[in-house]
Amino acid sequence: MCLALPARVKALHDGQLATVELGGVRQKVSVALLEHVNVGDYVVVHVGYALTKLDPVEAERTLAELGRLEEAAS
Amino acid sequence: MKFIEEFRDGALAKKLAAELKAEATGSYHFMEFCGGHTHALCRYGLMDLLPPTVRMVHGPGCPVCVLPIGRLDQAIELAKKPGVILCTFGDMMRVPGRDRVSLVKARAQGATVKMVFGSGEALKVARENPDKQVVFFAIGFETTTPTTAVAVQQAAKEGLTNLSFFVNHVLTPSAIDAILGSQEAQDGTIRVDGFIGPGHVSTIIGSAPYERFARDAEKPIVVSGFEPIDLLQSILMLVRQRNAGRHEVENQFTRAVVREGNRKAQALVDETFELRKSFEWRGLGTLPDSALKLKAHLAAFDAEVKFELPYTAVADHPACSCGEILRGIKKPTDCRIFGTACTPESPMGSCMVSPEGSCAAYYLYGRHRAPAQPRRTA
Amino acid sequence: MRRNPFPKKLELAHGRVELTHGTGGKAMAQLVTQLFAAAFDNRHLAQGNDAALLELPAGQVVMSTDSFVVSPLFFPGGDIGSLAVHGTVNDVAMGGARPLYLSAGFILEEGFPLSDLERIVQSMAKAARAAGVPVVTGDTKVVEKGKGDGVFINTTGVGVIPLGVTPPGGERAKPGDVVLVNGSMGDHGVAILSKREGLSFETDIESDSAALHGLVGEMLAAVPDIHVLRDPTRGGLATTLNEIAHQSGVGFRLEERAIPIKPQVSAACELLGIDPLYVANEGKLIAICAPGDADRLLGVMRAHERGRDAAIIGTVAEDENGFVELSTSFGGRRILDWLLGEQLPRIC
Repeated sequence: MCLALPARVKALHDGQLATVELGGVRQKVSVALLEHVNVGDYVVVHVGYALTKLDPVEAERTLAELGRLEEAAS
Repeated sequence: MKFIEEFRDGALAKKLAAELKAEATGSYHFMEFCGGHTHALCRYGLMDLLPPTVRMVHGPGCPVCVLPIGRLDQAIELAKKPGVILCTFGDMMRVPGRDRVSLVKARAQGATVKMVFGSGEALKVARENPDKQVVFFAIGFETTTPTTAVAVQQAAKEGLTNLSFFVNHVLTPSAIDAILGSQEAQDGTIRVDGFIGPGHVSTIIGSAPYERFARDAEKPIVVSGFEPIDLLQSILMLVRQRNAGRHEVENQFTRAVVREGNRKAQALVDETFELRKSFEWRGLGTLPDSALKLKAHLAAFDAEVKFELPYTAVADHPACSCGEILRGIKKPTDCRIFGTACTPESPMGSCMVSPEGSCAAYYLYGRHRAPAQPRRTA
Repeated sequence: MRRNPFPKKLELAHGRVELTHGTGGKAMAQLVTQLFAAAFDNRHLAQGNDAALLELPAGQVVMSTDSFVVSPLFFPGGDIGSLAVHGTVNDVAMGGARPLYLSAGFILEEGFPLSDLERIVQSMAKAARAAGVPVVTGDTKVVEKGKGDGVFINTTGVGVIPLGVTPPGGERAKPGDVVLVNGSMGDHGVAILSKREGLSFETDIESDSAALHGLVGEMLAAVPDIHVLRDPTRGGLATTLNEIAHQSGVGFRLEERAIPIKPQVSAACELLGIDPLYVANEGKLIAICAPGDADRLLGVMRAHERGRDAAIIGTVAEDENGFVELSTSFGGRRILDWLLGEQLPRIC
C-alpha cells in the first residue's frame, strides 16, 4: 500500500545492509527482513528496508499474460 | 528503471483499456483499498481510461488518513516535551491536529520535530544525541510495521535507553472487515462488488488473509501492483470474476507477492508487537483487534509507557467528510468544503493533507473533473 | 611607496570570520580588498568606492534581486556562490535584457571558515567571468554565531533590453501559444537533496546551475517577440506554469512524454516520493511564443550548448480556471497544481 520501489542489489555490507540501485541512483537499505539476498537480486524497498525479493520470471509472465489476454478476447 | 517502466507502457495500457471496454458489459463498483492505489489511479489519469460501467470506490488504506486526531495530538505533546526529539515521516508533518496545529506548526512554535525517512534513521538520531530522548512516531499498515520491528529489536540489542516508539500500526483485514460489515454496506448505501487488494501490504502478509473475505462476503479480491498496467490488469481480472460469478482471491502482483507472504517479517512482528484490544480509527470508529502495541517485555521502548500521555479524542470538523469518504460513501467532490475551505494548503481533514488521501489525489490530479464543468479546448 | 595597510596576512587557510570583519574597520577592509576585490577583479571595484559608477547603453533597464540561502553550501555541480551569480544573471535575462552588472551582499556568520568563504568567492568570480557580468559593488555584514547559516548571499543584477526586443512578461501568454523548455527538469533539486543529511542516496546527478543569458540572447535575436521567459526555480516547472497561468488568465495543456527528465532524476524522485515537475532548476528556462515562431525558436535553442535538449512540451489554452493539465502517456489527463509548502517526501 505504501510507496515501495524495485531496486537491484549492488553490494552487501555488514550489519544486514545492502547498497541497492534504481535507475542509476544508489541507496543503502536494510535487508534484515529478508532470508537470503545476493548481489544481482531485485528487491522491493520501503522506507529504507527491503521487504521482499522481486521475481523476474513472474514479472515476465505477468507481461506475457497481457499479450495472451488479447488473443483470448478476440 | 526495471520493473517499473515495463509496467507503465502506454500502448499496453490502451490495449487493456480496450479489453475492459469489451468485457465490462455489466455494472461494476470496485474498491481499491489502498491509498497508494488511489494515488496511482489519479496520477496516471487511469479513471479516464476505464469504461463508464466500471466505477472505483476509494478505500481507507491510508495510514495517515485513519490516524485519529487525538493520537496526532499525543505525538505533538511528545515533541513539545523538553529534551525530546520526535522523529516522524514527512507524510504526517502537515496534518492538522487539535486547533489546527500540525507538527510543522508545532515545530515553528518550539517543538523538536525531525523528519526522517525510516525507523533506521531514528536509531541514528538516538545514537548521535545521547542526552536527548528520541521518539519515533511509527505509523503504517503491515508494509511498514516490520520496519519498525527491526528498529525496536536493534534498539533492544544495543541497549539504547534514549529511544522509544509511539506505535500506531494498524491492520488491513480489520479495515476490510469494517467496510464489509458497515451499515452502509449492509443497507446498500455503498456498493462494492470486489476489491483491489493492497500490493505492498501483501508482500508481508501474503494473499492468504483475504481468502476469508472472498469466501464469506462473496466478493472477488485481486492483489495488485502499483503501476498503471498492474491496476488495469487487476480491474480486468475483477471484471472477469464478476462476469463468471466467481469470488476468489487472485494475485496479479505475482512478482512481489506470494500466498504466505514474508514469513521472516511476520515472525519479527510477532516477536515485537501484540494486538491492542481496540483502537480508534478516524472515519471507521473504534475497531477491535485492529492495531498493535509493543509487547510487555519491550516496555522500555514504548513511548506510551515511558511518557505521561493523556488521550483526548477529537472529533472531525463538522463540515469534514473524511469519515464518509474513507468508508466509500462519498467522493471527495461530494464534500461541501472540498476545494473551498478545505484545500491541500489549508486542509480540514487528513484525506486532504495526506498525499495518499482521496481528497488530495482528486484535488491535485483530477480537479478538472469536478462538478463545475471546465471548458475543454477544441 | 605606500605602506602596506594590511601588515597581518589574511588567514584564509585556517582563519574564521570574526565580528570585526563586519564592523567597517580595518579587518573588514582587508577582507574586502584581499578576498572579494581581488577575486572579482574589475575596474569598478578597484575604485574602492561604496557605489559603482556605471554606463548603460540605451534601452529599457531591467533590474532583479535574489537572495541565496541554499543548504548545503557546496553541492555537485556548484555552490552558493556560482548559484548566486547564475540565478540573478538568469532573472535579468528572463526580463529580456542583456545582464551587465551584478552587486553582491554577504551576510556571514561569526566562525564561518575563511577557506570556505574563499572557495565560494572564487567560484562566484569564476562564474561572473564566464558570464561576462562583473560584480561591481558589494557589502559585507557579520552576525553572531548561531544567527546565520554560515553565509547568505544577495545578488542584484542590472541589464538593458536590446533595441527591437519586446519585453517578455508573465501576463503575455495567449491561447494557442507554444511552450518550450531548454532541457531536463529537476536536476538541481535532486543534486541538492542527494547531499542532505539523512537521505543517504547517491547519484551522479549534478546541479544544472548555469548562466542562460547567452542562450536567451540568441533566442531573442531570432524571435524578438517571445511572450514569456521564466526560469522554473523553486517549485519547479509545475509551479512556474501555474504562476504564468494565473498572471495571463490562461491554462496549459502539456504532454508528459515531451518533458525531458533524466532517468536518474526520475529514479531519485521515485525513491523520495516527490514529483520531478516540482523540483527546482537553476539552468533551465520556459519560453512561450506565438505558434508561428515555435519551430524557429526550437532550432535556435538546440543549436546552443545550453539548449541541446530543448523541447516543445505543450500549448497555452483558454481556461478560466487556470488549470495546468498534463496528458499522461496513457491518454489520461491530470492537473499539475501549485506546489504547496515544502514538497515532503512520502512513505505512502
